[in-house]
Amino acid sequence: MTGDGADALRIEGLHKSFGKLEVLKGIDLVIAEHEVVCLIGASGSGKSTLLRCINLLEPLNAGRVLVHGEEITARGVDVNRIRRYIGIVFQAFNLFPHMSVLRNVTLAPTEALGMSKRDAEAVATELLRRFGLADKKDEFPDRLSGGQQQRVAIVRALAMKPDIMLLDEVTSALDPELVSGVLDVIRELAESGMTMVIATHEMGFARDIANRVCFLDAGQILEEGTPEQIFTAPKEPRTQQFLQSILEAGRM
Amino acid sequence: MLGGDPRLPEDERSSKILGQLRAEGARGVAIAVVSTLVVFALIVLAVIHSQNWPAVRQAFFNADEFRRSFPDIARKFRRNIEYFLIAEVFILALALLLAVLRSLPGPVFFPLRLMSIIYTDLFRGLPTILVVYLFGFGIPSLGLAGVPSSATFWAVVALIMSYSAYVAEVYRAGIESVHPSQVAAARSLGLSRSQSLRFVVIPQAVRRVIPPLLNDFIGLQKDTALVAFVVAIPEAFKQAVIFKDADFNFTPLLAAALMFLVITVPMTRFVDWLVGRERRKRQAGAAL
Repeated sequence: MTGDGADALRIEGLHKSFGKLEVLKGIDLVIAEHEVVCLIGASGSGKSTLLRCINLLEPLNAGRVLVHGEEITARGVDVNRIRRYIGIVFQAFNLFPHMSVLRNVTLAPTEALGMSKRDAEAVATELLRRFGLADKKDEFPDRLSGGQQQRVAIVRALAMKPDIMLLDEVTSALDPELVSGVLDVIRELAESGMTMVIATHEMGFARDIANRVCFLDAGQILEEGTPEQIFTAPKEPRTQQFLQSILEAGRM
Repeated sequence: MLGGDPRLPEDERSSKILGQLRAEGARGVAIAVVSTLVVFALIVLAVIHSQNWPAVRQAFFNADEFRRSFPDIARKFRRNIEYFLIAEVFILALALLLAVLRSLPGPVFFPLRLMSIIYTDLFRGLPTILVVYLFGFGIPSLGLAGVPSSATFWAVVALIMSYSAYVAEVYRAGIESVHPSQVAAARSLGLSRSQSLRFVVIPQAVRRVIPPLLNDFIGLQKDTALVAFVVAIPEAFKQAVIFKDADFNFTPLLAAALMFLVITVPMTRFVDWLVGRERRKRQAGAAL
């Protein structure tokens, strides 16, 4: 199967440690084109680290990551080129506060892809319009609500026309009433066929949108399956425990 | 996010003193004006009734001497401004280079980091006047071929060397204050390390360090007087000393002092205004 270009993303035996702390203990995961995979699990289970490793923001200790059959973790691979087709959106938005919304979105297309300013602005304006942010393009990030900022961050990643989007708990820093606007955006992306890996605490949303749900526990994928399997008939005791605690917290 | 933004009061930093008065209302303003007048009047009275006032006045506050020396000193102050402007351009560029070199990661860049550290330690550790002497007298006396022999040139170079070490540290503090998540965001979009530095880190770093940079601007503006110690062509300070020596009176030095204040005080207010405007542009209405 290795080298088979059909998989959008293939992770093999991924290990990651921070000093003595082993955060990921051998992750194997294959994601097909147009598939939406949700990663669930307690804080500290390694969801964010896994996404950061896929985007090469963190070096791996062992294992490999392949995108469309190309090993992106191999030596000598141009990480800047790889990142152009893997978009990531962070929990804390990480917009550039000294730039307008429009410039936030056009920076990477113009500088990393060499797109002309006019083309980049046309793409950005269209994306901002599509996600209900047309009137915000000249604002600065600090003047937007959290939900608007996170939508801008999604648009900024989309402007690079990525093949895969990684979403790292993108609604966790938002006030509850702002969450649905961001989830709607992600839902629309899923419907348009975007391949996505989503770390989330929104179980209802995961159930709704995911083709597959992976439960991470202590740096390993303990259980994976369709949303129905995971949410209605989890096999592993740890998964049952986790879902029970979520249920008690009223987050489902 | 929603609701009142707790940061707002802090952001209204422009003109804190006057702002405070405004909050206290008309009565507060009246009290402030009266008490200020009383305090200053008492100080002036105490000074001019002191025993030695006539002598002090003759030596330091001599109106005739001021009228005679001021125009010349003001004209020579042009040189201080020239030294300042020329030095500042090079300082800002050289210091940024030093700070960037020092922030380069990995073992490959160790020699560059080391060079930057040695430079900064060396020139920040030396008294500026010592560097001015060394460069201004020392280098021209070597008579090296192809090297400028002008003492003015080397005195200004000395100011550049000395101040760029300070300013490099200011830049470095700014660069380190930009959260790593900003770099992560830039790199995740496919921007290279140098592009992230250029478009994301440095613009934010520079905005943050404008107030401390201004401190060094003002320091430099004052230290242009040090050039006088190695250069025959007079600038404001040296011109004042010439008058003082000729007329046995210190008033010309006060005239020179006045010229420095005329530049540095408005400069401070201007940058305060600039920083406040930038902050308002970014954050006003943040409490959506």
